[in-house]
Amino acid sequence: MREILCGSAFFPVVLTLAAYALGAWLQRRTGSAAANPILVGALVAGAALTVTGVPVEAYQAGCESFSWLLTPATVCLAIPLYRQFSVIKKDIRAILAGIVSGTAVSLGCIWAMCMVMKLGRALTVSLLPKSITTAMGIVLSESAGGLDAVTTAAIIVTGVLGNIAGERLCRIFRLTDPVAQGTALGTSAHVIGTARASKMDANAGATGSLALVVAGILTALVFPMITG
Amino acid sequence: MRYILQFAVIMGFTLAGELPHLIVPLPVPAAVWGIVLLFIALQSGAVKLSALEQAGDFLTGMLPVLFVAPAVGLMACWDAVAGQIVPMLLIVVVSTVVTFAVSGRVTQAMMRRRKESGDA
Repeated sequence: MREILCGSAFFPVVLTLAAYALGAWLQRRTGSAAANPILVGALVAGAALTVTGVPVEAYQAGCESFSWLLTPATVCLAIPLYRQFSVIKKDIRAILAGIVSGTAVSLGCIWAMCMVMKLGRALTVSLLPKSITTAMGIVLSESAGGLDAVTTAAIIVTGVLGNIAGERLCRIFRLTDPVAQGTALGTSAHVIGTARASKMDANAGATGSLALVVAGILTALVFPMITG
Repeated sequence: MRYILQFAVIMGFTLAGELPHLIVPLPVPAAVWGIVLLFIALQSGAVKLSALEQAGDFLTGMLPVLFVAPAVGLMACWDAVAGQIVPMLLIVVVSTVVTFAVSGRVTQAMMRRRKESGDA
């Protein structure tokens, strides 16, 4: 049984889709943000791997067959941005100001906390790019001598956190305008946060797409200056 | 056939995104260049939304599912983070919340000011 599952190219894909579907169903049933489909999906899939004895590496290798959809799917975030651009355009200065200040605060806050906790250079540069999309963050982290496993972990945890807590954080910080909500989610939690913003509101999703692009490019520009 | 063509257009922009990724000396991935290129093409009218709408909506709808596998992968990198897990989690959570608050509040405050001054 284990050999069949380890060798199958489809077991990881089916497991992922089924685990996500279970998470989505649970969220609909409970209405709770904590029953997040990505989180529940990962926990269920992880538990299934432990039970069946399939190694995580074999699972990830199997998922590559559909993980490559990530790039074209990210490219398609231009669609919600295009649809709503005429609406969000009038607030473009406010959106850009939010992204720039958020990115600056993100880098400053991580840097300061790493200093205070004496984490050392390797971990600091691994954590600095944690609010941008994985493909970018890993390149930046590696270029400055960071550890890509740590960067990946920090980016995923950040995104899932934004995805789960996004709506609650909007209430806590009284972000009532969808454009401000999208700016916050895209700037702080990249594409996983933007996925949540798209579910909340069309304008939030569009602003989130814009924020993840601008915050990503901005971080790529500033990062070499602070780590150099 | 319509979906095949739509998928082809999307993959074309994904491929086109790899070009600036090779030329521009910035670690900006092809996916981000792809967003920029596709947005410019749509906004300029070079590509009609109907040429990729349904396949595009399907793909963006798939985005959250595609993050399940990387999240499971966190199991595999436990050894790299286990020693510093508490300070690292603290930094990740605090900085994410602070970034969220600052970016959202700045945008909302500026939008309100613009609306109040009435210069639309």
